[in-house]
Amino acid sequence: MYAFTYHKPTSARQAATLLAKKEDAKLLAGGHTLLPTMKQRLASPTALVDLGACADLKGITVKGRNIVIGAMTTHGEVANSAEVQGAIPALAFLAGSIGDPAVRYRGTIGGSVANNDPAADYPAALLALGATVVTNKRKLTAEEFFTGLYETALDEGEIITKVSFPLVSKAGYAKFRNPASRYAMVGVFVAKRGSEIRVTVTGAGEGGVFRWPEAEAALKARFAPKSLDGLKHTANGINGDIHADAEYRAHLIGVMAKQAVAQATGK
Amino acid sequence: MSATGIGAAVRRKEDHRFITGQGRYTDDVNRPGQAHAYFLRSPHAHAKIKSIDTKAAAGMPGVLGIFTGDDLATDKIGGLICGWMIHNKDGSPMRAGPHPALAQGKVRYVGDHVAVVVAETLAQARDAAEAIAVDYQELPAVVDTAKAIGAKTVVHDEAPDNSVFNWHLGDKDATENAFKAAKHVTKIDLVNNRLVPNAMEPRAAVGDYDAGDGIFTLYTTSQNPHVARLVLSAFIGIAPENKLRVIAPDVGGGFGSKIFIYAEETVCVWAAKKVGRPVKWTADRTEAFLSDAHGRDHVTHAELATDAEGKILAMRVKTTANLGAYLSTFSSSVPTYLYAPLLSGQYDIPAIYCEVDAVYTNTAPVDAYRGAGRPEATFVVERLVEITARQLGKDPAKFRMQNYIKKFPHQTPVIMMYDAGNYGASMKKALEIIDYKGIGKRKRDSARAGKLRGIGFSSYIEACGIAPSAAVGSLGAGVGLWESAEVRVNPVGTVEVLTGSHSHGQGHETTFAQLVSDRLGIPIDNVSIIHGDTDKVQMGMGTYGSRSGAVGMSAIFKAIDKVIAKGKKVAAHVLEADEADIDFADGHFSVKGTDRKLDFGSCALQAYVAHKFNGQELEPGLKEGAFYDPTNFTFPAGVHICEVEIDPETGVTRIERWAAVDDFGNVINPMIVEGQVHGGIAQGVGQALLEGARYNADGQLVTASFMDYTMPRADDLPSFDVGMTVTPCPSNPLGIKGCGEAGAIASPPAVINAITDALGHEDIAMPATPQAVWRAAQKSVNRMAAE
Amino acid sequence: MATVSLTVNGKAVTANIDPRTLLVQFLRENLRLTGTHVGCDTSQCGACLVHLDGKAVKSCTTLAVSVDGASVTTIEGLASGDTLHPMQEAFREHHGLQCGFCTPGMIMSAVDMVNRRGHELDEKTIREDLDGNICRCTGYHNIVKAIAAGAQAMAGGSLKDREPPRHAAE
Repeated sequence: MYAFTYHKPTSARQAATLLAKKEDAKLLAGGHTLLPTMKQRLASPTALVDLGACADLKGITVKGRNIVIGAMTTHGEVANSAEVQGAIPALAFLAGSIGDPAVRYRGTIGGSVANNDPAADYPAALLALGATVVTNKRKLTAEEFFTGLYETALDEGEIITKVSFPLVSKAGYAKFRNPASRYAMVGVFVAKRGSEIRVTVTGAGEGGVFRWPEAEAALKARFAPKSLDGLKHTANGINGDIHADAEYRAHLIGVMAKQAVAQATGK
Repeated sequence: MSATGIGAAVRRKEDHRFITGQGRYTDDVNRPGQAHAYFLRSPHAHAKIKSIDTKAAAGMPGVLGIFTGDDLATDKIGGLICGWMIHNKDGSPMRAGPHPALAQGKVRYVGDHVAVVVAETLAQARDAAEAIAVDYQELPAVVDTAKAIGAKTVVHDEAPDNSVFNWHLGDKDATENAFKAAKHVTKIDLVNNRLVPNAMEPRAAVGDYDAGDGIFTLYTTSQNPHVARLVLSAFIGIAPENKLRVIAPDVGGGFGSKIFIYAEETVCVWAAKKVGRPVKWTADRTEAFLSDAHGRDHVTHAELATDAEGKILAMRVKTTANLGAYLSTFSSSVPTYLYAPLLSGQYDIPAIYCEVDAVYTNTAPVDAYRGAGRPEATFVVERLVEITARQLGKDPAKFRMQNYIKKFPHQTPVIMMYDAGNYGASMKKALEIIDYKGIGKRKRDSARAGKLRGIGFSSYIEACGIAPSAAVGSLGAGVGLWESAEVRVNPVGTVEVLTGSHSHGQGHETTFAQLVSDRLGIPIDNVSIIHGDTDKVQMGMGTYGSRSGAVGMSAIFKAIDKVIAKGKKVAAHVLEADEADIDFADGHFSVKGTDRKLDFGSCALQAYVAHKFNGQELEPGLKEGAFYDPTNFTFPAGVHICEVEIDPETGVTRIERWAAVDDFGNVINPMIVEGQVHGGIAQGVGQALLEGARYNADGQLVTASFMDYTMPRADDLPSFDVGMTVTPCPSNPLGIKGCGEAGAIASPPAVINAITDALGHEDIAMPATPQAVWRAAQKSVNRMAAE
Repeated sequence: MATVSLTVNGKAVTANIDPRTLLVQFLRENLRLTGTHVGCDTSQCGACLVHLDGKAVKSCTTLAVSVDGASVTTIEGLASGDTLHPMQEAFREHHGLQCGFCTPGMIMSAVDMVNRRGHELDEKTIREDLDGNICRCTGYHNIVKAIAAGAQAMAGGSLKDREPPRHAAE
């Protein structure tokens, strides 16, 4: 790592002030992406603003027809939350499938969402569930928020404070892990709210998380795994690497979509 | 059998320090005043170094010294060596280019060592390394094993067509004639994938120099510290052996990769004197991926000839072996004498001919990795045999049994004289364990669930305990492969055993103590095993090739014999009897036909006080040493059967059952032996399903971390059913054959044979990743639909 | 430089450190607690696992300054004096280690697993929950056995070994 100064504010407001004051400052959430990158000297922030003591960024609450998760809530806390398990079990399941137990103790929803790693799980959930990303400055829909590979709509100095998920009637998540890294090679989240169906795909897209309209249309007729029989995602725009080329990934999108619907429908 | 003697599942003596965090690995060693080394490595696979400018870097904070290949040359520090001379078919010696510890004029693979910075802290060393300006002239890289020979790019001028050697073994004419007479010929093309050993402890070194006495000390992650000292002293020229101490403390796994003498430890120990400070280096995982010697990387065409009844007549094999950019310490022996002599497998094959082209490429050096040559041979034999059985419409188990060697000793056409075995017994036991009779039903059950189930066999043999010194010398080895032991009995009867073997997970502190406890009749807690320090143990050849039991323990056995013989002389004086009348059993010397006896501890005391005998006629003390040179290789063999279920939708292969029946000869500690089998299988399954080192066309290692290189994890593997059969090894006093490599040798063909059985066709390469299996399964599904 | 105060294996420690110092470096280099190991750079292998306020975390991916005020237990602090923790005993009894390098992380992970999932652990659960710990020697066979046995032994141990199991899937 290159040298940096370290700051530990106790509120999001203090963090924002520090972030604005320090040139090349970066926010430290769980650190499970940023620190390895810094160890490899691929990132060199001159200041780290650690959000670990910002109590206002933590916690899970149910507000009306929404479940609201503070940005510094860990994957383990989301997975184990009775509120999340009761409201959107697929979201708890997704959180419990990220990394390994030790990673889930440290990694946070805010960190994951802000990084927008194309192989991360949360972006699929946010987009499928129609979540709202709340920052210290504004509110953004998931569509507005995720703008490309490792790219988000966050401005300089903007801090995610929470993510708000509207409740849905049914949801499911299935992923095929990269055999080496265990990140999502293909992850598919399905959600049904009234007649609205969303099918989102992470891990596979050249531009990060995306929706699969054909699957959404097919499931609109009947929300069941069988509705996806014979439906194939195109390999155009799909990632390829040493573990999975575009054709195989495209195929897995269909398989994971079915599994996700099966989970959502309890079949 | 006593509770702590030979054959008992004694809990390991060394475990206490490991489970309490008190192990002492090289990176745990800290010397007063220690500085840190960082190696500047080549980012290019192949380039000329036009200049290296270290001026700016030298002035940076904390920098104590920056050194390049020129500095080593000025100090007359020699290059790294390859210790096994192979001769070409025409009798000429192999073509080896120089292997400087720090590059001289050229870099030949990504990760090659360009310069070293020694600084107060690692971060400072790294900062300074980034400030070194290297002017490279990039050259095209040759990466592909099969295309290296005759490529436009030449890795070493000494090998103008990139051929290190073109070697052969066997009777070509007899083989050709047998093929002409054959009724059936099976042909296959195989790639034995390139692997990264990935011991969990990365390599490390701490060099120290005592200016007062002129003595160097090197702490290093080595499987054979004495060989390291020999090479660093006699060939590289660090210091004479009496001025160089090498310590290999606790070592966190080796698997072959820590046999070799590398650039980093060479430079650290040399630099300690240059900067007048101890110098420490520890690899990070990416450095390990780039610079540890890799394993395997063969491209092979092989053929098997059978007669009308399915009797194997002959085999011919042509292999190209990638040795990387430089010849690592034992690299040349791996695709030659550790490979071709195993091509007879467990089968009676009258004629075998094998040709091997070894090539230079712009990739990391390739050397021995768990099994070393024998997994490559077993993969060729067991894929050929399996496919032949299928093509002949024979049951693969019966076809193997039909062709097994049944009489011993058996001379193969490729050097080896198998001394003992009962291959059919292992096969029968393995068939029972796996419930072979039930496989048809299990396949149907899987099919009903939309899955594909398959079963795969592997009858492996290995040549271990390497090896008779005269024999390996005649084949080109630069060293003898005996082992040494010294048994020191203390005056109270406790015992220290100094061994030249090295334990880096094998549990020698327990198994060796079991031997001593058993033979001397003393409590196991009274025995300490000392290894890994050239100042304590006089000389040794180290641990690899499953040799520590068969060779290392045989040396201890011999030394114990001498201790008992000396003890009898002492006891004869004490018990006032004739030496010929003294027996030794159960920890007591006794006079035949009487109740007069002397326990071992009392005898030791008498040997040291020397009151009861004349010190001129019988030397006081009780300490004996022995060197044991084996009379033959040992031949562990066995049968592994793997049963898989494939999900054709995703291509995921799950191993449902694993039966392993191994004949390791006599077993000292079954718990430890089974652990070795488990670990070996896991590495073989890793090779078959998960692992593969990949370079792109430019010679960049694409799989340089655990993010991209698939290590076997707990949920990739099943539990294993391990059984044993025993035919004692006739060539060593303990009847031991060795067990360390068997699992890694046996398992890859078992997995691939199972997958191809499930798929109904033969074309799947290692690693059989989900993507590869999915693609192959689509073909199976399409073909089934067409039929 | 930054000041960090921690309780490590029950002892209070305070040091002035470079903010870059990882928790694992602080333990190994400042405190000379070398039982915690570094096996990779990418938080994959788990050789560096320690308990941070009772939870197993990767100390190679944690800044020491960021856990100021926390309580850290390393492998050296797991036993009670001369009495080994039941999970340590189980690893020895079931030959759950060979070279010993991954072992401290494995044991810390196993104790955390019991804390999360209770004392009756089946093979599938153990294997899946170990996906953040890599061993190259054992093939995991005996590690799985050791953890199952150690989990049960922890139930029979003194009360201090017991933390309430959380049944929900992590």
